[in-house]
Amino acid sequence: MSNLRILVATKRVIDYAVKIRVNAAGSAVETANVKHSMNPFDEIGTEQAIQIKEALAKSKTGTAEIVVVSCGPVKSQETLRTALAMGADRAIHVDSEEELQPLAVAKLLRAVVEKEKPDMVILGKQAIDDDSNQTGQMLAGLLNWPQATFASKVELGDKSMTVTREVDGGVETVKTPLPAILTTDLRLNVPRYASLPNIMKAKKKPLAKFTVADLGVDIKPRLQTLKIVEPAKRQGGKIVESVDDLVDKLKNEAKVL
Amino acid sequence: MSTPTRYRVIALYKQLSYLGREYPAGADYFHKKLKGAFMKNKDLTDPAEIQKRIDLGDYVCKEIEAMYHINKYRAMKKRYYEDAEVENIQTKLENTNWALGGGSSATQSLPRQ
Repeated sequence: MSNLRILVATKRVIDYAVKIRVNAAGSAVETANVKHSMNPFDEIGTEQAIQIKEALAKSKTGTAEIVVVSCGPVKSQETLRTALAMGADRAIHVDSEEELQPLAVAKLLRAVVEKEKPDMVILGKQAIDDDSNQTGQMLAGLLNWPQATFASKVELGDKSMTVTREVDGGVETVKTPLPAILTTDLRLNVPRYASLPNIMKAKKKPLAKFTVADLGVDIKPRLQTLKIVEPAKRQGGKIVESVDDLVDKLKNEAKVL
Repeated sequence: MSTPTRYRVIALYKQLSYLGREYPAGADYFHKKLKGAFMKNKDLTDPAEIQKRIDLGDYVCKEIEAMYHINKYRAMKKRYYEDAEVENIQTKLENTNWALGGGSSATQSLPRQ
């Protein structure tokens, strides 16, 4: 196995544990003063890249360089630092304060791929904020690269990889030549927790910054958000007085009988 | 306490304090317990005994990391894999390759009190 370069795409999203609130205008989700963290599926992707690197180093069959990339506002750099603390080698931040839709991100990533020429691009299967599940597939389409999505197991071969995919009601195993796109599913691995000394060291790792204009990409939104509403509140339960009462309520209110 | 041990203990304290920031019961709650646990052992002099406490601290670190992971994993599972049976989740969790060694169940001995 030769020397690999692995590009990992990460997104900064509202932390999974935060209760999501819709703003007063119903046009977007409140993001101000809300805890953000790396998209959990991207953590899995970063971990996978690190595991590949460690496996190569252990078997002395090659080396891997891990480049993490994030597109979004300046604060995305926090997410990149987290990935660097986990074990990535260097980071690329594509700065954009504007909304980035999956197609825009895929085009930005294509531009980064053309600069970096990686052997593999790993993305989370979806981000937990917009749940689009599109970026990896779109990137594969734009680059005309093979893709292995929803990976739950990855084995690296010589200039190829064998990926076990999670599909409805089972798993599917595919083999693809490199370079290729890999998107991660939940069970692929257990992401490590960055240790404090590594967080300090990550501050010194290189982080390159690009703007959308540098990459010459059209990020104009193609989709329009019409309205955002919170899910309906759960109605409280009722205590019924008797069996007759219950039957009556099931018949007339719940209409299940 | 010899100097290397001293650094080791301080590093352990910092790591635990850092981990505690996300503790479900609150960072303040965790920090109080953390300080109490360290202060209780401040007069230890026997190197073997001190080492034992450091090992325990490392173990607690791993347990907390495992707990955070399980919380996140379960939240994701609940959100995106609603149809999957609960037993299925549990077997997968047990089969997950814990990078933490020992493969001990992470939920059993969490430092709650």
